[in-house]
Amino acid sequence: MMAAPTALAGRPRQARAIPWGRIAGWTVLVLVMAATLFPFYWMLRTSFSNTRSLAAGATDLLPVDFTFGAYRRVLGLSTTAEAVAEGGSSGTVNFWLFLRNSIVVATTVTVGQVFFSAMAAYAFARLRWPGRDVVFMLFLTALMVPPIFTTLPNFVLIKELGLLNTYLGIVLPHLLMTPFAVFFLRQFFLGVNAGLEEAARIDGAGHVRIFFRIILPVSKGPITTLAILTYITSWNDYFWPLLVGKDESVRVLTVALGIFRSQTPQGSPDWAGLMAATLFAALPMIILFAVLGRRIIDSIGYTGVK
Amino acid sequence: MTSETVHAAPPPTIEAASRGTPPPRRRRLGDLPVAVLFVLPAAIGFVTFYLWPALRGLYLSLTKYNVLTPPRFIGTENYERLLGDHLFWNALKVTAEYVVINIGTQTVASVLLAVLLHRLTRSLLVRGVVLLPFLVANVVVALVWFWMLDYQLGVVNYAFDWLGLERVAFFGDSDLAIPTIALVNTWRHLGYTALLIYAGLQMIPPSVYEAAALDGASEWRIFWRVTMPLLRPVMAMVMVLTVIGSFQVFDTVAVTTAGGPINATRVIYFYIYDLAFNRFNFGYAAALSSVLFVILAGVAYLQLRLSRAGESDLKGA
Repeated sequence: MMAAPTALAGRPRQARAIPWGRIAGWTVLVLVMAATLFPFYWMLRTSFSNTRSLAAGATDLLPVDFTFGAYRRVLGLSTTAEAVAEGGSSGTVNFWLFLRNSIVVATTVTVGQVFFSAMAAYAFARLRWPGRDVVFMLFLTALMVPPIFTTLPNFVLIKELGLLNTYLGIVLPHLLMTPFAVFFLRQFFLGVNAGLEEAARIDGAGHVRIFFRIILPVSKGPITTLAILTYITSWNDYFWPLLVGKDESVRVLTVALGIFRSQTPQGSPDWAGLMAATLFAALPMIILFAVLGRRIIDSIGYTGVK
Repeated sequence: MTSETVHAAPPPTIEAASRGTPPPRRRRLGDLPVAVLFVLPAAIGFVTFYLWPALRGLYLSLTKYNVLTPPRFIGTENYERLLGDHLFWNALKVTAEYVVINIGTQTVASVLLAVLLHRLTRSLLVRGVVLLPFLVANVVVALVWFWMLDYQLGVVNYAFDWLGLERVAFFGDSDLAIPTIALVNTWRHLGYTALLIYAGLQMIPPSVYEAAALDGASEWRIFWRVTMPLLRPVMAMVMVLTVIGSFQVFDTVAVTTAGGPINATRVIYFYIYDLAFNRFNFGYAAALSSVLFVILAGVAYLQLRLSRAGESDLKGA
């Protein structure tokens, strides 16, 4: 980190002057952090409240009339009478089922997309074949196409294949590649030291072996980065699973949440239930973040500055 | 993380060397058989879910199609209909309003945040906190703010009470719904965008700052004369990504206002969804997405032109 040459506010430098600039800067930073965290806290606080009592304690910083009721409701554990007593909706989120669906979808998409994109990226970066650059350019142009343009025809295709409301229908469009993934990995593969590859070739290794034994291992960093980002994107996706995976058996958490929201009456929504459901849906990503924090934060820099 | 290694092009010699090694027996075809094997899965995915749908989308936009019966070719009728469709123009206007507010606030705030992060701290915790909203789904973000901004019980309106201000129906007022949604999404993307810019800031060599400081330039001057110009290529990329992304706002609208009140938040994406899946007007919806495609391509082209994205002032300096 470079030393800040002057105080932030650009005051003339004096020996041991009060660093007003830094103080102002930190104040803004702390405010931003507070504004970032508060909604998460409010979600938590509300989820442990009694919906009926919320009106009386709308500004309480702690849960109003503390109860696990909202969680019980959302999971379908409470009786209708209990739910009504707490001002809850009878809607439930079949949490474990939808969690499983989200995991299945996000994991399949991530593994497939990263692996197949890596294979293609290897061919574009390290192999020599006629037409390579033309094919790669073609892949790249797909980066420009806005998703909605292909989403409608893709829906028609999935429907024609009879794959509506199946896992396969949800994962297929992103399972084999995305132009971004290919492009991203190719960048890294281009930079892999040729010496390693040569040594392996002298030992008689073929391309398949070089790919698995050299290219993949030395690119562990970027591959993990891409995998994490793909997982997050896939987990948070709403539009596509909403179109092709409405059925309960394959419904993912985001879609379930949207449905739960539309089930809570417009007049006086079951806020505690809604927040409990929201927190459930957010929690897996927050846990992932807690585990892989550094990687995720670093990966943001990787992707933007292509 | 060293961003330099990421986008520095590898020295051409590496590639040339690796290319030179294979024995020149099948010179023309090179590694073609192996390459086909490696590219095949991705190529199948590309043709099936990108290329073919793109062409099919164009065709469908020239048809009347409700998904249940085969499409009927009607030429440019859908496009002509667009011209007189006040809902389309409304969607365009509403989307533009959203994009302007979202990008405006997001850009200013994220540049400020990035500079603060860059100058004040390398703390992973601070960066982690600001990134947090980006990790949770749009749907989650939308619902939390829907609750906090509720007219009756929302904590924000209680704060307004306390400050002696009028209560505000953020999602219910047709003049406020779009700005509200735009700001909610600014909240979600602020940290992410700031970290992209932050990565760009880290690539500016410290010596440039030192030189400016030696000249006695103020912080304000350094920001406008040094930081911003050197950041331009990164900013251009970030802007193109975020503008194109924000044109596609859907999730937030879908779970909060569903296009209301009275079409005030019927953004293009939502209108297309509505046409296709509620009114089964697939052909018309396809025409609309083609138009959106053209608009986005135009915006991207303009932005890249205006910001001279390919060049960096660093090289000239």
